[in-house]
Amino acid sequence: MTGAHAETGAPPRTHYLNASYGIRSWLLTTDHKRIGILYLISVTFFFAIGGLMAVLIRLELATPQGDLFQADVYNRLFTMHGIMMIFFFLIPSIPAVLGNFLIPIMVGARDLAFPRLNLFSWYLFNLGGLFTIWALVHGGVDTGWTFYTPYSTTYANTHVIATALGIFIAGFSSILTGLNFVVTIHRMRAPGLTWFRLPLFVWSLYATSLIIILGTPVLAITLLLLAAERIVHVGIFDPALGGDPLLFQHLFWFYSHPAVYIMVLPAMGVVSEIVPAFARKKIFGYRFIAYASVALAVLSFLVWGHHMFVAGMSIYAATVFSALSMLVAVPSAVKVFNWTATLYQGSVSWETPMLYALGFIGLFTMGGLTGVMLATLGIDVHVHDTYFIIAHFHYIMVGGAIMGYLGGLHYWWPKITGKLYSRFWSRISAMVIFIGFNVTFFPQFILGYLGMPRRYHAYPPEFQVLNVMSSAGATILGVGYVIPLVYFIWSMRYGRDASSNPWGVVGLEWETTSPPPTENFETTPVVTRGPYEYPHRQEDPGAR
Amino acid sequence: MFPNAPLFPERASAMAAEVDHLFFASLGIAAFFSLLIASFIVYLGTKYRRRSADEVGRPPRPESRATTVLEVTWSVVPLAILIGLFVWGARVYFAISRPPADATEFFVVGKQWMWKIQHPEGNREINELHVPIDRPIKLTMTSEDVIHSFFIPAFRIKQDVLPGRYTTLWFQADRPGTYHLFCAQYCGAEHSKMAGWVSVMEPHEYQAWLAGETGRRAPAASGADLFAAKACNTCHRPDTAARAPILAGLPGRPVRLQDGRTVIADDGYIRESILDPQARIVAGYQPIMPTFKDQLSEDDLIQLLTYIKSLRPPGDDPSPIAASAAPRASRRGARR
Repeated sequence: MTGAHAETGAPPRTHYLNASYGIRSWLLTTDHKRIGILYLISVTFFFAIGGLMAVLIRLELATPQGDLFQADVYNRLFTMHGIMMIFFFLIPSIPAVLGNFLIPIMVGARDLAFPRLNLFSWYLFNLGGLFTIWALVHGGVDTGWTFYTPYSTTYANTHVIATALGIFIAGFSSILTGLNFVVTIHRMRAPGLTWFRLPLFVWSLYATSLIIILGTPVLAITLLLLAAERIVHVGIFDPALGGDPLLFQHLFWFYSHPAVYIMVLPAMGVVSEIVPAFARKKIFGYRFIAYASVALAVLSFLVWGHHMFVAGMSIYAATVFSALSMLVAVPSAVKVFNWTATLYQGSVSWETPMLYALGFIGLFTMGGLTGVMLATLGIDVHVHDTYFIIAHFHYIMVGGAIMGYLGGLHYWWPKITGKLYSRFWSRISAMVIFIGFNVTFFPQFILGYLGMPRRYHAYPPEFQVLNVMSSAGATILGVGYVIPLVYFIWSMRYGRDASSNPWGVVGLEWETTSPPPTENFETTPVVTRGPYEYPHRQEDPGAR
Repeated sequence: MFPNAPLFPERASAMAAEVDHLFFASLGIAAFFSLLIASFIVYLGTKYRRRSADEVGRPPRPESRATTVLEVTWSVVPLAILIGLFVWGARVYFAISRPPADATEFFVVGKQWMWKIQHPEGNREINELHVPIDRPIKLTMTSEDVIHSFFIPAFRIKQDVLPGRYTTLWFQADRPGTYHLFCAQYCGAEHSKMAGWVSVMEPHEYQAWLAGETGRRAPAASGADLFAAKACNTCHRPDTAARAPILAGLPGRPVRLQDGRTVIADDGYIRESILDPQARIVAGYQPIMPTFKDQLSEDDLIQLLTYIKSLRPPGDDPSPIAASAAPRASRRGARR
């Protein structure tokens, strides 16, 4: 692909979407692309529930008095918001939707290594979701998504077990997907596709899969122990039964800190695809970005204690965890600097996916740097469990992971559906989301340093102005999320047909048709170069 | 703009200033790098914006030594800054975590959803803490049910309060006033109501406030009564009939255990020895002590603990409480 490219083109006669029809052909499909779409529908549904909870939370917090809901309703709302968003949206979003669709295509394979297992994962995921929604409908759960003991094992009288079971089941879906990706990436690469010719998206999902496979079983064990204590009163975590409540926190964060990287590494992978694509330039420091993904995966397992600096852990342990947590910033910074450097002497187009990717870089940088502040022991003591933490992890999760997910969705949408969406509205939505996000979460940093604790249903009146700002921002953010839903659905029916390579970029996925055929490629591609080899502009002496 | 909407918290201790300095330094670093990245993105994105649909980028430099130097630089420079922040942060944290030896000990018991506080003079309060200015105060805290967290934003300190063990927090207020006290660890339905006020008072005001409460009893004195009522003194006694270790002078000292280990007899150890005496037996004694689990409330335990800590071995200046309420230690036992 050199020079001229066409945005639109006639769709192929048959492709994976029209290869067969009927509900059965979807529910029993083993095509990774269709399963990706199934996941897209599921996670959008769970995102909508989690988002609705967020709206209600922000509505309650618009006034200092707890006047909209009862305290225990509010507690159920933030608990379910966290559980839905983390376990049923953020963790599966990029891997299960975009990863499912793209990994086999990016490695030049026909499907994932275990297609039926892939479908089974989707069913497990929904089964887990159903348990959780059952719990929600029957009164919810009020422990916070962190399930801290002994509150969750002895004191809470809500649906802890049903919810934990839902998360437990969804965890296995995660593990199976991770396993599928690892095997596929190891065993099914096209001829000539060496490790260092893999797109960085594949590298980052490989690192993510390793975390999923190694970390999720620990969460499963933790939830089982929690259930054992809650149901049969085996003393594990509750001191009244002879247990240790900090043990739960160690086990929980041993998974849940790496889970942060399960959520953000894939988004980094997406950004590593979008930035070179819209700068039409080879990514700067390919190997460094690839190694940084692996370094983040390894380090993510060594820093869980930074959630426990004021929990009653030994101060020497806290010191070690602080030092290790600082190290996480290095590979993160390496990525950010390399993405930025890629723009240098590129041909930068501010298309919608690029807006999301650049938004990601900015917001992730802020999230990461406030993370450094939290890793600094003396600061964390004050801001731990305040809105500073809330703001920080929403910069990583929403500003990072969701911006990455939406960027990826916009980038690959023409490939997934074969349709083009509105350029105008998509740019508007990217900007509305960026502004809405910052108005929502920036005031929370200030609130946190002021000392407003998290999970407060009512708060002192001097915090109201900042809370109203945050709630107003959430409204803007909500609108920003609805716009893409509208034009994406609209595009499926009325959008113009996309060419096989509407952005004029390189990558195996752009060498097949849009949408791709069921078998992805008519003939197995042979790879002879790296993933971001753009044809160069002729050297001209009057260089800009 | 909004008179009742502060953007920065009140500061009422020297430690708060330390934390703020650290915060501002790291905020400066964060702001610098955020703006640096943002400006580079805007600058490069504008300068190299695409001018025609089929334009491509300039050829990348071959991966040269210069590239490696750049990569190493932007790894090592952040690393150096991070190490600096880590060291500074750890120093502040150690200062926050280690109460000075002369701190006055207050007791805090958290329960859903209130803070019960007892002064060394015996005064009790709920969701309020009155303290004198310029005196180091140490809080020894425990919980009757779930995990809570004692948080005073104006002092920039916080510590989780756990059931089944003691955690501590200390501060030295340097500005009179009334400041927020929050529970920062989610603890159930009325978590956000588990809040109150810390009042920092001038010493004479504080003395007047203390005297205002009638019927107070110092925890060590109540502990002495309890020590007798639970018949602890039948074995823990200073004479030859003692069948248990002598407690005077024990707190804070190393204790040899039957299995050869040595532990420090801190608050946690004494607490455990009362509730689960078989857990760690002192060398040279029989495991004959019955458990007092479920017989003593957290409050009782605190009274006992204070009493035991108030006992002075012979030779020390006898504390007035020990002199009046406890059997005097006449000679030092064969504590090993």
